Amino acid sequence: MKKFAFAASVAAIGTLTLLPFSWFVLTSWKSAAEIIAIPPVILPSFHWDNYRAAITRYGLLHYIGNSAIVALATTLVSLAIASLAAFALARFKLRWARYYLMLLLALSMFPQIAIAGPVWRLLNFLDWLNSYHGIVAAYISLTLPFAVWVLTTFFQELPYDIEEAALVDGCTRWQALRLVVLPLAAPGLFTAAILVFIHAWNEFFFALIILTYPALQTLPVGIALFPGEYTMPWGEIAAASTIATLPLVALTLIFQRRIVQGLSAGAVKG
Amino acid sequence: MEEISFTVADGEFCVLLGPSGCGKTTLLRIVAGLESASGGTVDIDTTRVDLLPPQERDVAFVFQNYALYPHMTVFENLGFSLRLHGVAKEEIQTRVTEVARLLEIDNQLNHKPQQLSGGQRQRVALGRAIVRRPKLFLFDEPLSNLDATLRANMRVELGRLHTRLGSTMLYVTHDQAEAMTLGEKIIVLDKGRIQQIGTASEIYHQPSNLFVASFVGQPQMNFIEGRLDGHGKLHSKAGVEFDLSGILDGRAVPDSQLTVGIRPEDLRRCTAADACFAGTAEFVEDLGSDCFVHLVCGGLKLVARLPAQDPIKLGQRLDLNVDPERVHLFHQERRID
Repeated sequence: MKKFAFAASVAAIGTLTLLPFSWFVLTSWKSAAEIIAIPPVILPSFHWDNYRAAITRYGLLHYIGNSAIVALATTLVSLAIASLAAFALARFKLRWARYYLMLLLALSMFPQIAIAGPVWRLLNFLDWLNSYHGIVAAYISLTLPFAVWVLTTFFQELPYDIEEAALVDGCTRWQALRLVVLPLAAPGLFTAAILVFIHAWNEFFFALIILTYPALQTLPVGIALFPGEYTMPWGEIAAASTIATLPLVALTLIFQRRIVQGLSAGAVKG
Repeated sequence: MEEISFTVADGEFCVLLGPSGCGKTTLLRIVAGLESASGGTVDIDTTRVDLLPPQERDVAFVFQNYALYPHMTVFENLGFSLRLHGVAKEEIQTRVTEVARLLEIDNQLNHKPQQLSGGQRQRVALGRAIVRRPKLFLFDEPLSNLDATLRANMRVELGRLHTRLGSTMLYVTHDQAEAMTLGEKIIVLDKGRIQQIGTASEIYHQPSNLFVASFVGQPQMNFIEGRLDGHGKLHSKAGVEFDLSGILDGRAVPDSQLTVGIRPEDLRRCTAADACFAGTAEFVEDLGSDCFVHLVCGGLKLVARLPAQDPIKLGQRLDLNVDPERVHLFHQERRID
């Protein structure tokens, strides 16, 4: 009975979560007539026209390229800074480390709309609006607190002895970090990397206000701008959304064990 | 830690012995450069090293929990420091193989640490230190994570290794058996201070104070506290009187507070006429080779280590005396000779 209830609730939650996703995946395969048919058609006739149109007419690949550049750059820079910061927070005897971590957590809870104005003005002042480095800088400020937090927990879990062994063996602090600590922290780095990547890949609001040149726009903004003045290309939007989601689904499915491990670091003594 | 000052001779095996929390590991870490002292200096050879980072001190450290690099194979673990010091590949290969053979881990060179048993990991940790040929080896309770049999074996091997390498070693332990068997020089520490420096025999036979006397020796030395009167009689706090006139040898000041220490093996059975102590056996631990007899002499509890040949029954009355030469006397915690 208990097992059944569990299975039923998992199924219910799964269905509820997957419903919108499945709906637009199904929609992406429908013809224009099927999309607006009343009563609604559930199973599509597997048209690939929407995909073709999204790529050729709406420049989907170009948006994917932009998103990939922005998300990868954000991930790399964010992680490079976060791993150094987290190493210091976890290892050096800093009296204010605890408060600093709390502050970081508080910062990551800030509603985006509250900082959108200042961020825009700052980037405008630097003349960084409509540039990759502008949007990447904005994304780093969004993802860094979280990445530092995850990595600090992870570094704290690593036995200190191993690092000391490296120091006595002849490593400088820097070599110890590079040759011993980072390889051991790989699962944590991985978790942080994937979560930062997903965040940057999905982000819409900052991208919308910072990137106004179509040449630089990322996937979420690009898709949102598919509708014309008199048209609403549901099929193409669905096709583009499906493609946009695929890398994330793939990443998460392949690395789900590592992500869970990384997130639960500190919860259980290994 | 205060007033810590000692020298380890070239090629000497020096042991820092003390209970947990006495500061012995901290001392070792200060020598390694993993912790900094608020004052004082550390010299290796003629170089002052306490201002140098650990990597420039030319010391090797063997950690209690091995601290092997989990992401490297045994070979890489052994060769890591050589690689950092820019030693040529062929040279690394030769030295690592040589050390692996010495420690009998040459079959495990391609394994990762998690595939090894505790004893093998310990050997890798040792090998990592040996392969570097450092000026000084530092050991932080390296055997404490091993089971009893393995620990005894490794202890012997460590001793052999020291003889063979002839290197200078500083070894921290709380295990007196390790200290006594391995140490050419033993430094007993307690509460951040050096209590005594000496050979195993000196520490055991001439403990400089009550702490050393009680810490070294298994079972513990018997202590009898009391006041000595003018006739060589000790009025013990337990309310029992003992005639010590025969064994005092004029060593103690009459009419003073005194602690008498007698090692369990120094108590011998004798006739009632010759006895210093007469007691009843309360508990007997028979170890085969000898037996530890726990006695009650009035209000006093004593342990005697007697040969196992003549079995003692519970409740049996025993008459014991002690060779005057073997009695340790302490006044205000310090030994008096």
